[in-house]
Amino acid sequence: MKVLMFGWEFPPHITGGLGTACFGLTKALLKQGVEILFVVPKAYGDESQEAVRLINASDVSIDIRNEIYQEYWKQITYMEIGSNLIPYTSPEEFQKIISQNLLDGADINQSVFSEHFVFSGKYGKDLMQEVSRYALIATSLAATNTFDVIHAHDWLTYPAGIAAKNISGKPLVIHVHATEFDRSGENINQNVYDIERKGMEAADMIITVSNLTRQIVIDRYGIHPDKVITVHNAVDDPVNPAVLDAKKHVKEKVVTFLGRVTFQKGPDYFVEAANKVLQKDGNVRFVMAGQGDMLNRMIKRVAQLRISTKFHFTGFLKGDDVDRMFAMSDVYVMPSVSEPFGISPLEAMRSSVPVVISKQSGVSEVLRYAMKVDFWDIDALSDAIYGLLHYNALSKMFMRYGKIEVDNMKWDNSAIRVKYIYDMMLNK
Amino acid sequence: MKSICFYFQVHQPFRLRTFRFFDIGVNHNYFDDYANRYILRRVADKCYIPANNVILNLIKEFGSSFKVSYSISGTALDQFEMYTPDVLESFQRLAETGCVEFLAETYSHSLSSLKSKNEFFKQVNEQAAKIERLFGKKPTTFRNTELIYSDGIGEMVSEMGFKTMLTEGAKHILGWKSPNYMYCNSINPKLKLLLKNFRLSDDIAFRFSQQSWSEWPVTTEKYVDWLNSVDGREECINLFMDYETFGEHQWPETGIFDFLKALPGRVLSHSNFKFNTPSELTNLLQPVSPIYVPYPISWADEERDLTAWLGNELQDDAFNRLYELEDKVNHCSDENIIRDWKYLQTSDHFYYMCTKWFSDGDVHKYFNPFNSPYEAFINFMNILSDFQIRLDEKCHGMAAIPVVSENEKAEQPEIKKSVLQPVQKKINEIKEVVKKKTAKKVISEKIQKIAKSKVVKETVNKKQEIKVRGSEIKLLESLARPAIKQIFKEYDLKILAMALQGAGEELTDKVRSSIGQGAGRKLTTALNRIKLPKSKEVKEARRLIEEQIKKYFASKKNI
Repeated sequence: MKVLMFGWEFPPHITGGLGTACFGLTKALLKQGVEILFVVPKAYGDESQEAVRLINASDVSIDIRNEIYQEYWKQITYMEIGSNLIPYTSPEEFQKIISQNLLDGADINQSVFSEHFVFSGKYGKDLMQEVSRYALIATSLAATNTFDVIHAHDWLTYPAGIAAKNISGKPLVIHVHATEFDRSGENINQNVYDIERKGMEAADMIITVSNLTRQIVIDRYGIHPDKVITVHNAVDDPVNPAVLDAKKHVKEKVVTFLGRVTFQKGPDYFVEAANKVLQKDGNVRFVMAGQGDMLNRMIKRVAQLRISTKFHFTGFLKGDDVDRMFAMSDVYVMPSVSEPFGISPLEAMRSSVPVVISKQSGVSEVLRYAMKVDFWDIDALSDAIYGLLHYNALSKMFMRYGKIEVDNMKWDNSAIRVKYIYDMMLNK
Repeated sequence: MKSICFYFQVHQPFRLRTFRFFDIGVNHNYFDDYANRYILRRVADKCYIPANNVILNLIKEFGSSFKVSYSISGTALDQFEMYTPDVLESFQRLAETGCVEFLAETYSHSLSSLKSKNEFFKQVNEQAAKIERLFGKKPTTFRNTELIYSDGIGEMVSEMGFKTMLTEGAKHILGWKSPNYMYCNSINPKLKLLLKNFRLSDDIAFRFSQQSWSEWPVTTEKYVDWLNSVDGREECINLFMDYETFGEHQWPETGIFDFLKALPGRVLSHSNFKFNTPSELTNLLQPVSPIYVPYPISWADEERDLTAWLGNELQDDAFNRLYELEDKVNHCSDENIIRDWKYLQTSDHFYYMCTKWFSDGDVHKYFNPFNSPYEAFINFMNILSDFQIRLDEKCHGMAAIPVVSENEKAEQPEIKKSVLQPVQKKINEIKEVVKKKTAKKVISEKIQKIAKSKVVKETVNKKQEIKVRGSEIKLLESLARPAIKQIFKEYDLKILAMALQGAGEELTDKVRSSIGQGAGRKLTTALNRIKLPKSKEVKEARRLIEEQIKKYFASKKNI
């Protein structure tokens, strides 16, 4: 079985959990005898190639004047990719595109239609442009490769998935790692939402990373429940086991937050809980690892609370540094406001670190040996942290059984479920 | 004529409030007054009042042909007094009929029988006194928390003067035997045992409304047929269950009250069963055999063991930490401390920390106010931390008593043979010297030296002659007081008392004053209990004492 898979990032070039999840899943699928063509917008050349044949979308050149592509382009416009694209350009540009009658391919000055479009591979200001270009390339790939199933990860790749489906007629699986509601709360970006909904509607099957996300897909996007299946994420063995032996150099206990410092991850609740614990027990240090738009506010708040000597910011960590950070931690906290899944607690538990997670996270559906609190309940959050720091019976239990629990959460199990979904579609 | 023995457990814990770590040392009210009041009222209206009315009417209808028994925990009685005095009055009306027996149990429905004989006795006596005061009759039958029983517990219960005890007819202890006979304790056959017929009990308590069960619905006709199908020679069917079965676990809509109303009439008219209380059965029946229960059993869950309350790391830690405080509390006279100490021992708090997720998870969830066992544990430990601070403040005179946690003890290294050998050698030498009638004083000095140096050195080689009988106990004379305290603070005082027989007033006084006030008092009690010591027993006790001292020095050397 051969799968054409559209992703947005791949280790080591990751900005979030998506790349890690794609890597884990593809590797395990390979063991199930599934062959994968993995497409990323921009390949740096140093990506892990052990799992999949990585296709760099930047290298795929297309001549938009070629009649075949003209044909595909019509297909795409039929799927209203154009209407997704245009609202994201500025109004002036929009006018320009219209007047140049660009959609008919009359003028090919626009970068999307140049022969060699360079993808940034980042979530930048030309994101929509890249998304559509990515879809265009998908048509080309779909026409020139053979495969049985199309699998698209998150909204950025949905248009590509849809395009590939329309060209090839093969079944489409879309994999929902997060929805617009997780990223933006209630103030959703209507265009992103529309792309997501179109993807879900076009898909033959939808995989969600948790029941929490599944419910959002059903309730907020109006998708029939039968079409939506939950496949929980998992965690791999650490890349470099040596880092697990990293020692901490402070005598105090260390409590860690690791993730994007954005609204979605609830860093402010972590700061407030830290303050509560520090009022009672000065023998603790808190670490916030990660970057994001709320970082400055957090630094200010920490200063305001006068706990700066016990509260540290590390900036963005990746690779071994993440595992090293975990190895130095006594408690890991993930107070996410909304977390479709959340792999990081599994990584912490893999390093025998007890975790406190919010009930509003998908990962709380699968974990037993974890403290679960409402993200807004700072009292409960700080109490859980304090309990894990002070009552050894509890932390010992979590370290011991939590490790076993996570060691049993294999990507292999997730891959078996995904493979089952592929088979189900092919036999329909 | 065969008997049916109805027994109902009535228990309500003092539920704990959410107690955060920042409350430690600040707030000292541990109990959720609102929840306790609300639940008591709810259960009273749904179960206690209507069920008591049914029972009362049945007694009026059938007179002394219908009898039941209850055990009501002290914490439940306290809460009846506080929140629902009407329930208490209704039980008192039942007591007046003379057809109801009230059993003794531990005051706070605690697990003290597994940990501390002293606390166990205290709680049972307090509970029995309360029952006598409220219902006018001193209980003669005992029922331990959740029917927990073992040979050892039975022996203690018998020592307290109870004639009969109830427990679970657990399959793994009965084997091929039937629970429908009277049995007795294997250590002290004077204590009779009534075993729960769990099939017929659970048919009412758990399966009554279970529609997936092939026998559903249970009617009195069907139930009496089951009773009649019991082997003709068997003597008594013991139906033990939570009283809350009626109206709370099985809702009125299931017909449980109608079943209860109709059952006695059907039994009396269509079978040759009659109803008896446990104390009546004590007089009616003879035990058919002793029953051997080396490890404690209970009536909980599939396993019928203690794992609902103890066994996982959280439960064991909380339990041990709690009972470490026993000595201090015993020396405290503060009313609030003593009350909180009692209420904190309630077994429910440990039940909430259970991590058995699968088999009986549903039952556990139903009774659990906490979202997870971890929250229950943290909450309890926060409260315990505050309790400990209060205890130290209120009873600062006793702060000197060191609290050694179970964990620390467990972490002490095992005594190695190689370490023990030189010590053993030394002691043998000393013994030999003693035998050869060397001067007593010299030996004492030598041993004192050993005790002080903590490390056995090659010192005594001279063979001097003295005459001392029961040489081992003389080791005690030479020990320094702190050493005595160290060695015997956790030691069985009964053995110590036995060993001290004939050792002289002076030595006894020295030991008594060394081991701390609480233990000293207990030692006196233990000494008074010994009436006619046999020399064999004394010798054995002294041998044990000697071993203990050896162990102490060995561990010292190890460190």
